[in-house]
Amino acid sequence: MSEMLEIRNLSARLRGTNERVLRSVSLTVPIGKVRGLVGESGAGKSMIGKAVLDILPKAIEVVEGEILLEGRDLLKMAPSERRKLVGTRAALIPQDPLTALNPSRRIGGQITDRLVDILGWEKARANQRAIEILAEVHIPEPERVMRLYPHELSGGMRQRILIASAFAAEPKLIVADEPTTALDVTVQKQILRLISELQERHGTALLFVTHDLGVVAKVCDDLSVLYAGKVVEDTDVNTFFDAPGHAYSRALLAATPRHTEAEGDLQPVPADVLEIMAAEISAADGAWSNHG
Amino acid sequence: MLDGRGAVRRRVGTRLWLSGAWLTLVVAVAVLAPVISPHDPLAQDLMLGRLPPAWLPDSEPGFWLGTDSLGRDVLTRMLYGARVALTVALVAGIATCLIGSTLGLIAGYYRGWPDRIISRLVDIWMAFPPVLFAILLIAVLGASLTSVIIAIVVIDWTRFCRVVRAEAMTQSQMDYVQSARVAGFTRLRTMLAEILPNVLPVIVALLTLEMGIAVIVEAILSFVNLSQSSDSPTWGGMIAEGRTSIYQAWWVLAFPLGALFLTVLSFAQLGEGLRDYFDPVLR
Repeated sequence: MSEMLEIRNLSARLRGTNERVLRSVSLTVPIGKVRGLVGESGAGKSMIGKAVLDILPKAIEVVEGEILLEGRDLLKMAPSERRKLVGTRAALIPQDPLTALNPSRRIGGQITDRLVDILGWEKARANQRAIEILAEVHIPEPERVMRLYPHELSGGMRQRILIASAFAAEPKLIVADEPTTALDVTVQKQILRLISELQERHGTALLFVTHDLGVVAKVCDDLSVLYAGKVVEDTDVNTFFDAPGHAYSRALLAATPRHTEAEGDLQPVPADVLEIMAAEISAADGAWSNHG
Repeated sequence: MLDGRGAVRRRVGTRLWLSGAWLTLVVAVAVLAPVISPHDPLAQDLMLGRLPPAWLPDSEPGFWLGTDSLGRDVLTRMLYGARVALTVALVAGIATCLIGSTLGLIAGYYRGWPDRIISRLVDIWMAFPPVLFAILLIAVLGASLTSVIIAIVVIDWTRFCRVVRAEAMTQSQMDYVQSARVAGFTRLRTMLAEILPNVLPVIVALLTLEMGIAVIVEAILSFVNLSQSSDSPTWGGMIAEGRTSIYQAWWVLAFPLGALFLTVLSFAQLGEGLRDYFDPVLR
């Protein structure tokens, strides 16, 4: 079995309504590979990551489908069993480094708590590990930084700490939810390189949620393009950039800003493509409601 | 890489000093009342009634702040009154804080049905006029210091509950709470280890404020004779007695009133000051 994470026909909706958020999403993340999830805002890309980690907002419920982590279906497990499996196998690199660290606790405890309480490590070993992993994300004087509070560090430093924290327990799968969106451009680049570096060195499977195709080109192996909660293209990165298969993917590529073009040359997603999308979505929904 | 925010040293502001100093004084005299009091707080001497404070003409040596209409020493009674005020402030304040904060934390973090039950309870509770509610409670329980404390706790827990609930809700939305859940921590552990430390500054500020309020409520209830027996010294009771003779002996009313005012003000300022001081993020 080479798939770390496999999602089959995952559908979700706003609780109690027929408003669909995810429409029969299927994708796989092989062991040690990086799968990018791209789409416009509201396309449901973060929701997939949240569904895997069981942190969906209360207003959203999964209606059907399977989420297989190492071949075991998370959706069929008891909540406590699922939490334990996710807690030991997976981790999250969150979007906003400013709110993702607890402001009233020191950095060290926030990294080691999980190692000690969930994985049952010795305190000393967890501390040692935290120092190692902080050094690995190029944080100077890790012992000292562990005694600091989050507000004493810059946004870029905090994001490094969150990356370190995610990799600390050697998870098999990491969900990175737009990890560079809240950072400024110069720091973004360093952080991306860092994530790639650690991912390769540790052989971690990565589900990388982003709206930035430039990021995808740098980091990902495979790619799922989402539109309105539906995967419209599932391909590897080279194919995607050389010969995008779907009209929407082409439109998305055309809408990506490049520094060689003037701002006026940017192409919004054309109206005829949007019509195609609307038709595809309603066709899919028709099939879905017949099925239900 | 590191920025300068961590290096900023917090200064203990003037208000923390002043309020802290006054409250320390009140605590000291309350503890030492039997030792430092010049007279017996209950000893009456009609021959020495309505003596003015020591710096006014016709005063008697030894009665620094004068005497009331029954000849009891005002200073002594104020010192003993501080004991009552502080007992109520501490016991009622802490009990109110524990009950209100616990319920608020649960409602704000767990949401769902615990929140619905607790919030409706708060709504219903707050529809009662508080003073009438207190008087009703004490009428049922009988007038005593314990009843006063119970009345304050029963009425004021909603204050903590509402504020702490709102704060816990805000904190629950933060990504670090989500991260804690992903890591596999239980909800209880997340609430106590992640949310509570961030709500604590607000709880501390509210607690000191509540202590001030407890002092006032005790004074009000003494004023209407629903606290301890009218004989025993309380600030509210002294104010009530002084009121009847304010033109002949203003000091009977003025000194306890001043003490009450400063104490309540100090509690409020202490809370504000402490919150600023301990807030991990500089505002």
